[in-house]
Amino acid sequence: MRVDVTVNGEARRADDVWEGESLLFLLRERLGLPGAKNACEQGECGSCTVYLDDVPVCACLVAAGQAHGREVRTVEGLAVGDELDPVQEAFVEAGAVQCGFCTPGLVVAAHDLLNRVAAPSDPEIREALAGNLCRCTGYEKILDAVRLAARRR
Amino acid sequence: MSPIRTALTSALTSEVTGGIGTSPRRPDGNLKVRGEFAYASDLWHEDMVWGATLRSPHPHARIVSVDLTEAIRVPGVRAVLTHEDVPGLNRYGLERKDQPVLAEGVVRYQGEPVALVAADHPETARRAMRRVKVAYEVLEPVVDVETAAGAAPLHPGGNLLRHVPVRRGDQAATAAVVVTGRYEVGMQDQAFLGPESGLAVPAEDGGVDLYVATQWLHVDREQVARALGMPEDKVRLTLSGVGGAFGGREDLSMQVHACLLALRTGRPVKMVYNREESFYGHVHRHPAVLHYEHGADRTGKLSYVKAKIYLDGGAYASSTGAVVANAATLGIGPYEVDNVTVDAWGLYTNNPPCGAMRGFGAVQAAFAYESQMDRLAAELGLHPVELRLRNAMAEGSVMPTGQLVDSAAPVARLLELVRDKPLPPPSGALDLRDMPGGVANTTHGEGVVRGVGYAVGIKNICFSEGYDDYSTARVRLQVVNGEPVAQAHTAACEVGQGLVTVVQQIVRTELGVRRVAILPMDTTIGDGGSTSASRQTYVTGGAVKAACAAVRAELAAMAGTEDLSEVDLAELLGDRVVDRTAEYRHRRTEPIAPVTGQGNAHVQYGFAAHRAVVDVDTELGLVKVVRLDCAQDVGRALNPQAVVGQIQGGSAQGLGLAVMEEIRTSGGRVRNPSFTDYLIPTTLDMPPMGVDVLELADPNAPYGVRGVGEPPTISSTPAIVAAIRAATGLALTRVPVRPEHITGT
Repeated sequence: MRVDVTVNGEARRADDVWEGESLLFLLRERLGLPGAKNACEQGECGSCTVYLDDVPVCACLVAAGQAHGREVRTVEGLAVGDELDPVQEAFVEAGAVQCGFCTPGLVVAAHDLLNRVAAPSDPEIREALAGNLCRCTGYEKILDAVRLAARRR
Repeated sequence: MSPIRTALTSALTSEVTGGIGTSPRRPDGNLKVRGEFAYASDLWHEDMVWGATLRSPHPHARIVSVDLTEAIRVPGVRAVLTHEDVPGLNRYGLERKDQPVLAEGVVRYQGEPVALVAADHPETARRAMRRVKVAYEVLEPVVDVETAAGAAPLHPGGNLLRHVPVRRGDQAATAAVVVTGRYEVGMQDQAFLGPESGLAVPAEDGGVDLYVATQWLHVDREQVARALGMPEDKVRLTLSGVGGAFGGREDLSMQVHACLLALRTGRPVKMVYNREESFYGHVHRHPAVLHYEHGADRTGKLSYVKAKIYLDGGAYASSTGAVVANAATLGIGPYEVDNVTVDAWGLYTNNPPCGAMRGFGAVQAAFAYESQMDRLAAELGLHPVELRLRNAMAEGSVMPTGQLVDSAAPVARLLELVRDKPLPPPSGALDLRDMPGGVANTTHGEGVVRGVGYAVGIKNICFSEGYDDYSTARVRLQVVNGEPVAQAHTAACEVGQGLVTVVQQIVRTELGVRRVAILPMDTTIGDGGSTSASRQTYVTGGAVKAACAAVRAELAAMAGTEDLSEVDLAELLGDRVVDRTAEYRHRRTEPIAPVTGQGNAHVQYGFAAHRAVVDVDTELGLVKVVRLDCAQDVGRALNPQAVVGQIQGGSAQGLGLAVMEEIRTSGGRVRNPSFTDYLIPTTLDMPPMGVDVLELADPNAPYGVRGVGEPPTISSTPAIVAAIRAATGLALTRVPVRPEHITGT
């Protein structure tokens, strides 16, 4: 089947998409956007978090066909040119990035949180990010990064 | 799109300043937050095909026949391979060549690779795989580690992989106070987030180029080349982006498989495991059964320790031998004890293969010896920290192996640091997210009790037992656009820990340059050794420092002065390039004497202590870790931010083992191979952490560093379990602690 989807503001088309493919596969393998990650592919880890019509979703749980005619914003669409989004900048500065495999999903989830809540409390941050697994950091520096980004936005 | 994406086909260049002792930005940080860092599963080649692995559904079975006919007929399938297609040695392994690349006649664990498929689309490969007909004759699996030695042999030579005895002092020592215990540690998974993946590209010279996420490029190459029946120079490995490792990438996974398919099809082959396959695709932490007896006088001074430790190696050896040695030599913990009788055994079973995971043998022993110390403290009516202080080892102490501890061993101070930190306020039930059970709304404080627990641990740093443990670094200096620019090249794997940052810091400090490029890690340079045993900053850091010293010597000769502080490097170099390669070896270690366990087997020891505060819902058996504080000596913090990151992350993995993480098996079968059923800590499980970092330099190590990565994983688990015991009064002899252990239902 054919899928037409707007990704990071750009109209994209993919042909010969198998009906069983996920939005994650479409992004990663057909559209050249591997930023959303494939850590579990069953909606448990949040590493593939992207915006679908401004709502964060696990791209692995969305069929590619469901994205037809809709807008997707991935981690690749957050920075403006060389300028990182404040969330991205804070993740690097705070040491919230180690292996970084969880980072794209966490950056999108934190970006969404700060869009909704300008100055989240620690429990709010913890709850908002509880669907994103990180195996390297123990989360302390991820919390630091979100607090830092909230202060700067 | 470029024909091939890899993480580091172009060098990572960082223009930020920051030598050792500072915390500059990671050179790969911007790429990672932008989603542009190419992990192994992101690799892409325009004419690539996809590989898939058919695995055994049985923990133990004879393969009666394999019929590929139907699989080969599936449109889009390029190749279907079995062990008959392995041109070289169909065996690999870190310590013993006992593991087949593809099963031959028998399968010894559930998930063992039997056949491979390459196809145009990953789903086509998976469908074809299901059409491979394998007839099995199911055999009785060996699953009990304590009786495995006497069970039917799974390998020639029997099921005993290694026995390490340690004998010190009076073997018949007695004591006024004796406590005994039997402890169990469940099988923990590394659960790195980036699944096993890579891309094998057939080369014009008949060889193969492999881009892969691994911990040790050169040992991968050696094993791949042997399986392919090729000279090593025909097999070239480049590190692609690694999504965490923690020991789970020290053994091969898809490396040989992808190369076999690439060479057969003549096409680049990408393989990416999904999460379920990842659980079958790498070794785990050895589950263990540990029997301990501690004897002390009435003041609490330990008279003797006896231990019998059984480590379940699973179907293949992996690094079991070294894990056994660690459990034995570190088996009584960081304490001074004159009389020691320890035996540790590693055994083959039909359970999943086990090998390296952060803490490597020291984790299992620490849960048992620290549980024993708490039991002894209770018996004597002493505070658990007080008992530990009375027995704490220090610099100048002698290990049960006879080895002198010849650099800082601040065990007492680490314990005092965590003991004296302010305690969190009592639980107020103000926010459900702070309660056991969280927003599941299972309690508002009723039935909830608080407990505090302590633990301290010891870990050997670097490879032990006489292994020639070295690393290689090349540093090149030249002028680019009027400015001196250094390049650093090693084969030492960056797996997330931040080695690339530390290498840049060392070069900046040693050469006084601002711009340092990190070249892709690959096998065109000498061995960097494994990214394990908390060793890379020590050993590869040492090699980079040595290469910089050689560059400096050349610069000094050019300048005619040793003091380069006033020299304009750009002017001095002009068009010249200074390019030096150095190897670094830590001081030699010795083998362990086979009967007594005596010997200077280890290079360096690392220590950490934890205090845990928990709230336990005693009705439902739910645990909320309220606070987890750690103190650790790191010798010297080359990058303080990364050091704290290691301590926090390592502590989180210890928390996971304490209260949630276990691969549960039944008759050798894995019951929970997913992140739905194998739980790792989330933001709601990890409490705030306070971290105290001591910097007591080790004079034997480059810059005085002491390995950081593993010690925090060791003491975290027993501290949390001690806190749950303190809250509940329960014995709790097994980790992870499950709700039914607390409720008794």
